[in-house]
Amino acid sequence: MPETVGVEYTKVAEIKGPLMVIDGITKASFDELVEIETVDGERRLGKVLEVGFGKAIVQVFEGTTGLSITGTKAKFLGKTMEMPVSQELLGRVFDGLGRPNDNLPDPIADKFLDVNGEPMNPERREYPTSFIQTGVSVIDGMLTLVRGQKLPIFSGSGMPHNILAAQIARQAAVVGTKEDFAVVFAAIGVQYSEAQYFKRSLEESGALRRSVLFLNLADDPAIERIITPRVALTVAEYLAFDLGMHVLAILTDMTNYAEALREISAAREEVPGRKGYPGYLYTDLANNYERAGRIKGKNGSVTQVPILSMPADDITHPIPDLTGYITEGQIVLGRDLFRKGIYPPVDVLMSLSRLMKDGVGEGKTRSDHMEVGNQMYDCYSRAQEVRALSEIVGRAGLTGVDLKYLDAGDMFEQHFLKQAPDENRALDETLGRAWDVLSSLPEGELTKIKEKHVRQHYKGK
Amino acid sequence: MVAKGRIVWVSGPAVKADGMSAAKMYETVEVGESKLIGEVIRLTGDVAFIQVYESTSGLKPGEPVVGTGQPLSVLLGPGIIGKIYDGIQRPLDEIASKSGAFISRGVVTTPVDMKKKYNFKPSVKKGDQVGPGSILGTVQETPLLTHSILVPPNYPAGKLTDIAGEGDYDIEHVIATTDKGGEKVSLKMYHKWPVRKPRPYAERYDPTVPLVTGQRVIDTYFPIAKGGTGAIPGGFGTGKTVTLHQIAKWADSKVVVYIGCGERGNEMTEVLVEFPHLIDPRSNRPLMERTVLVANTSNMPVAAREASIYTGATMAEYYRDMGYDVVLVADSTSRWAEALREMSGRLEEMPAEEGYPSYLASRLAEFYERAGRVKALGSPDRAGSVTLIGAVSPSGADFTEPVTTHTMRFIKTFWALDTRLAYSRHYPSINWMLSYSGYLDSVSKWWQENVTGEWYDLRAESYHVLQREDKLKEIVRLLGPEALPDEEKLVLEVARMIKIGILQQNSFDKVDTYCSPQKQVKLVKLMVKFYKEAQKALKAGTSLADIRAMPIIPAMLKAKFEIPEEQLAKLEDLDRQIDDQFRKAAEGAAMTEEAKVVA
Repeated sequence: MPETVGVEYTKVAEIKGPLMVIDGITKASFDELVEIETVDGERRLGKVLEVGFGKAIVQVFEGTTGLSITGTKAKFLGKTMEMPVSQELLGRVFDGLGRPNDNLPDPIADKFLDVNGEPMNPERREYPTSFIQTGVSVIDGMLTLVRGQKLPIFSGSGMPHNILAAQIARQAAVVGTKEDFAVVFAAIGVQYSEAQYFKRSLEESGALRRSVLFLNLADDPAIERIITPRVALTVAEYLAFDLGMHVLAILTDMTNYAEALREISAAREEVPGRKGYPGYLYTDLANNYERAGRIKGKNGSVTQVPILSMPADDITHPIPDLTGYITEGQIVLGRDLFRKGIYPPVDVLMSLSRLMKDGVGEGKTRSDHMEVGNQMYDCYSRAQEVRALSEIVGRAGLTGVDLKYLDAGDMFEQHFLKQAPDENRALDETLGRAWDVLSSLPEGELTKIKEKHVRQHYKGK
Repeated sequence: MVAKGRIVWVSGPAVKADGMSAAKMYETVEVGESKLIGEVIRLTGDVAFIQVYESTSGLKPGEPVVGTGQPLSVLLGPGIIGKIYDGIQRPLDEIASKSGAFISRGVVTTPVDMKKKYNFKPSVKKGDQVGPGSILGTVQETPLLTHSILVPPNYPAGKLTDIAGEGDYDIEHVIATTDKGGEKVSLKMYHKWPVRKPRPYAERYDPTVPLVTGQRVIDTYFPIAKGGTGAIPGGFGTGKTVTLHQIAKWADSKVVVYIGCGERGNEMTEVLVEFPHLIDPRSNRPLMERTVLVANTSNMPVAAREASIYTGATMAEYYRDMGYDVVLVADSTSRWAEALREMSGRLEEMPAEEGYPSYLASRLAEFYERAGRVKALGSPDRAGSVTLIGAVSPSGADFTEPVTTHTMRFIKTFWALDTRLAYSRHYPSINWMLSYSGYLDSVSKWWQENVTGEWYDLRAESYHVLQREDKLKEIVRLLGPEALPDEEKLVLEVARMIKIGILQQNSFDKVDTYCSPQKQVKLVKLMVKFYKEAQKALKAGTSLADIRAMPIIPAMLKAKFEIPEEQLAKLEDLDRQIDDQFRKAAEGAAMTEEAKVVA
């Protein structure tokens, strides 16, 4: 952060939680960046949340521990929080506020960008339609990721969301092209080992020098987490729309972000919405998630894969719930599959990719892709129903077709869903495996597939 | 007198200013040096509470606030159709040309092109008496839409002292003057109207004509009437937006106003990309020529989201007043309610349920009341309608939350989207047991006159199968399907066929995306016929396994997408095949009986 001369105030009226109330203010603006100097000369950053005549409420990113009413100085910097950006950011590691964290000097900035960004004009968006092959069957076949999409992973504690996200980051490619790509990774309150796993995974695949990492670890200040996704996405937008790269932005774990937001809201004594989260949680999350997409006339794109852990695996919890309303689908990891030892444990029935329809089909992937995906859903959904039934009435109580579905369900999990974390399957293999599963059903059951595709691909009798 | 004050406090979209004693409630004001647009929402002494429609980042206490004397209004005139606006009627293409791909603050725009010339054809002559709402003449706004130039509803009736002849004029041109007791009034091709004030009409009619959407589960099972109200609540991933897009695409209305209120940016882009290429089946013109978009996406300022609903409703009423059927789609009213909640919180009002303000219910009621089929003001006599469809995004897909429960009090058609159906990819995931339509009886006359008299009964018979299945499912869940007698197993089978062949509809399939009322009835009729024949066959000794194995079943299930609208005769083939196959089955059954007897 470069030094700017600002107005300095010393009259701290109150300190509570992450907030500091400063009196005697004459010139401060809403959202302004504040530099705070403690008695010991330590510097912290904050921003103005509320401002009136003579009074401002400042949120301190690094927390208020050690601040005192007397001797603390606050300098109002006359601008909002900015992130210096340039191509040199690639390969670098930053802290949660965007300051270098790798013992290297500050990168030379090409320009400074407001971390809050601005809303993308829907009129100028380019609708995302390019299929990204992730090499993961269940994603490519049934939950297709499209360039410029925001597709979160809903996980639970202990489940392998990081392995899946890292696999996507390593394998994601648009088939038949060699384009400029970059990975922006934001660790939001995650453990050191998780962040390290990602870093190593990027290193091993040689992608680290094309990556920018922002690390706010579990023991870093919680309020800093409000800024981490913002600086990361600011860099992602710059790389995509100024430098024309295809950026994959991975944000983990958004639950920690929402909790930091709740902490501030509580300190401000705001009227809470559900579960103590502020009423503006939706808008606030959207301000991050919507920073994905493509722009007409520009080469690059931002594809976002936020990761969040559902508290108690509850998908109706406000954080996954509101996220699902904003993102273009969701990949949900299921505890049962995880227990069965299936990787990736994607609960396809609860998962969805809204943009799949636009990224697949004739001329993009294969003309039977969408129909096969739909039929696979139908197949697995019926299989699950039959499974539940067979637990009550036993296998003997099932009719012929139901038995077929029972077996198809197992085949779905073992032959199609399950794969190794380093296994990169081409789309034809994925769809071939899907047809293997569907071919175990009688032909008349394939009600979602056009006659001509059944004739072409159906392998059963 | 114009209010001139200064900012004393800023917190997010809420700003307090003092020295504002001359301000009026809901007056628009210019806030700060950069003249951000705001609206006065509370007055205490000389302090005005203002909601600002743009980002307040960087705003300082001490900066000026100036009143405009006007409530928040929209401009109504030719040029609206085909546009995409933000929540306060600023065209997004113009914002883009001024500030690039990202939306900056303080961009000044005009809602429509004031310089564009339209060919005006007068329909009244000098000396005629015209009243509020009367049509002065027409211009061709798009190839699809003739735009009537109206006397503003709040102007006095008077005698025309002058009217422009046929010719090309821009909309600022004075095309008519009236005289009322010496008071001269100039009329242009446009006027302004405050968004929070419903436009007046002469009389209200009962909605009796269905809005045909081409969606089977809607038109056949839970219809909505033109001028009616409907709500579509559902958790995320249940297909709210896809269903609403389908309605916007295929509904047989003259104008569609689509409000993207706090939703995804890409969804609005999708409409912008898709609609110009989609051809209206009735007029063979691109759908964009009848569509207006109001986009205030989730990351755009929250106060403008609150206004966007009213902006859209006012534009819809304006086209209604020309005598057109208008569909107004609001996706999603929950985000609008959240905007209300956020402002209410900043005002430190006492919250009711889940932090929502206590006036949530009355605001929802006011909004849905703007729907209706009406006789428009002025001459000539004409009827128009606004059909209002609101999406609701209940948190945690819980229909007992405040926005859903309050909405249900004010609407007549309820399409409940079901997460479980969506998980099994049953789309549209409209739950047929929870949904209802209050227009069923009132629209049946239309079906009788325009499609077939059988509609009401066919609907009832097929729906009855679904109802029985719903009850039987409980037993199956406990005991398995084998515990049921064959007659009831048949109910399950036919219900499955109705679900796949009728209720499920693939919006992304070229053929299946739109299903005409004629095709809908024919498909339902096949199902009902199959059911009756199968019941008879069972009684006559045909085994259920033989019925299940009939090749007609997959053919019936695929008819929705294998048989296009122009080949509906093929459905008659299927009808004959049902007869044939049951006859053969009966012969087969008779033979086995004989064989038994012989043995």
